[in-house]
Amino acid sequence: MSVLLYAENSGGKFKKSTFEAASYATAIAGLLNTEMVAVSIGNVSKDELSKLAQYGATRILTVDQDQLKSFVNQAYASIVAEAARFAGANTVIVSASFSGKALAPRIAVKLKAGYVDGAVTLPDTSAGFTVRKGAFSGKAFADVNLTSEYKVISLVPNSYKVDPRPVPVAIEAFSPSIKESDFRTMVKEIVRAADKVSLPEAEIVVSGGRGLKGPENWGMVEELAGLLGAATACSKPVSDAHWRPHSEHVGQTGIAVSPNLYIAIGISGAIQHLAGVSSSKTIVVINKDPEAPFFKAADYGIVGDAFEIIPRLIEAVKQFKSAHA
Amino acid sequence: MNILVCISHVPDTTTKITFTDDHKQLNTNGIQFIINPYDEIALTRALELTEASGGSVTVIHVGDATTEPTLRKALAIGATDAVRINSTPRDAYFVAGQIAHYAKGKAYDLVLTGRESIDYNGGQVASMVAELLDIPAVSVVKSLQIDGSQATLEREIEGGKEILNCPLPLVASATEGMAEPRIPNMRGIMSARTKPLVVHEPVEIPSLQAINGYDKPASRSQVKLVDAEQVRALVDMLHNEAKVI
Ligand SMILES: Cc1cc2nc3c(=O)[nH]c(=O)nc-3n(C[C@H](O)[C@H](O)[C@H](O)COP(=O)(O)OP(=O)(O)OC[C@H]3O[C@@H](n4cnc5c(N)ncnc54)[C@H](O)[C@@H]3O)c2cc1C
Ligand SMILES: Nc1ncnc2c1ncn2[C@@H]1O[C@H](COP(=O)(O)O)[C@@H](O)[C@H]1O
Repeated sequence: MSVLLYAENSGGKFKKSTFEAASYATAIAGLLNTEMVAVSIGNVSKDELSKLAQYGATRILTVDQDQLKSFVNQAYASIVAEAARFAGANTVIVSASFSGKALAPRIAVKLKAGYVDGAVTLPDTSAGFTVRKGAFSGKAFADVNLTSEYKVISLVPNSYKVDPRPVPVAIEAFSPSIKESDFRTMVKEIVRAADKVSLPEAEIVVSGGRGLKGPENWGMVEELAGLLGAATACSKPVSDAHWRPHSEHVGQTGIAVSPNLYIAIGISGAIQHLAGVSSSKTIVVINKDPEAPFFKAADYGIVGDAFEIIPRLIEAVKQFKSAHA
Repeated sequence: MNILVCISHVPDTTTKITFTDDHKQLNTNGIQFIINPYDEIALTRALELTEASGGSVTVIHVGDATTEPTLRKALAIGATDAVRINSTPRDAYFVAGQIAHYAKGKAYDLVLTGRESIDYNGGQVASMVAELLDIPAVSVVKSLQIDGSQATLEREIEGGKEILNCPLPLVASATEGMAEPRIPNMRGIMSARTKPLVVHEPVEIPSLQAINGYDKPASRSQVKLVDAEQVRALVDMLHNEAKVI
């Protein structure tokens, strides 16, 4: 018995969310008195692979074939399920990234496993195997007890701390049986703004609403985000009006985020908006209306005009950074 | 082209969520239920595609009889017919099992779902149905174009998008951008009354998990207001107190 981590890479590099999932998998292996094994698919260097050992992987199975260079949902799911059987793992952990969330349900069906999507805590194994996840779009948590022999969990980015626990590791090539029929999807192109922090994984998010009046005013939002190493986001009306792309829309019908810091500027705080951001650790609200509902859901607030406050905040962050450089 | 659209029935987005005293169930008193917003996007795209190339749009829902107004609404928006699998959905695997069982052998060119239901937020059903039917699935799709028997899709990824090709049949889960949801008009509402709504009994699906209970997140303490002239104080608090920068 062991715990298997699907170690997702992006262009041959592991992201922080993969190390979070690795630490999480190692902690579960600890609870179950067993070892953490990782499977990596695609072209990842030995140096990069060995980073997983920093977070507790004792064994790494690597699958590196040309056909698998880009993400192919069906094939990846077959490989991870086969790796679980091969490694004698009955708990499989993936990061709840876009690809991880597409993959995990297929793995669960293949293994006849119960599946918790978007876990936010370690399993409670005192009576069963119960994992907490968000439900009702941030308005509640559900405690899900997995009763099956095999178990699959996807972990929400930013919900479990990276925890260095270096161990010796064995890296071995793994050759799964590959079905041609698993390769029906073909990636044509990946379009990504290279210098942008990805929203679902960002530790800090700067978000703007209709109070910012128009797309031309996002320059200062981006400047502030750039200084803080933050991702930018927006409310739904802002993306509906095409001031910002849909991929930045957070809330109940957009992306759910749980950064350490969420800064909301000119957003009223409608229940549907709060649904996607309320699990942020710290919330700062800047709004000119002291009655804006968002203040009730905030930790810190400034009542004032965004067009005056943002430039001041940019200056203050610059001063702070030079003082702490 | 024949398309199957999976519809889930969820509390209205403005609902304040509360639970029964034992924390085991959603308190449905006074809750207005709606079609899951993403499923409306999927349904609208299905209608656009069949309007362009012919074919039918069947909506399917796993739920008890109280959910029929939701299916009637889907018919009013424009679906050709509706199917209800008569049972209380236990979990996504149960729902996917029912849908896959219904769809098997019916040669749908496309099965569409929403990216996630706004109640359970699983985002599981699409991939599970695809796995059970052994066909591809593409999740969180913001653009879906069909050319003959080939689909071109754009799916969301961290910080960008991936454009991919896939032969039909396939399952896709819809997100914003795939279509602008339609609202039913008077004619649609009238004709929905007479469109077929067929009820099937569920098949048995093994149980792999159970919800022990629900909980509400801890509420935040009172907001600390910072003077608009003292913005630097906010930065210091975020560093020293909240420790987030
Ligand atoms: C089915 C459904 C789903 C939805 N899903 C989502 C969702 O996922 N995400 C989402 O965000 N919304 C969602 N909404 C919309 C939601 O109900 C609100 O309408 C929306 O969040 C409001 O956006 P806003 O706060 O940017 O705009 P407004 O409500 O117009 O608020 C603008 C705010 O800016 C402030 N302001 C104005 N000028 C200034 C200034 N100069 N300086 C500082 N502050 C200023 C105002 O005081 C006000 O509070 C959904 C709605 C429905 C019906
Ligand atoms: N009870 C249900 N009946 C039919 N389709 C459903 C049901 N529940 C969920 N779905 C579909 O599956 C999608 C994802 O749901 P979920 O996996 O629960 O987040 C929804 O957007 C619907 O399209």
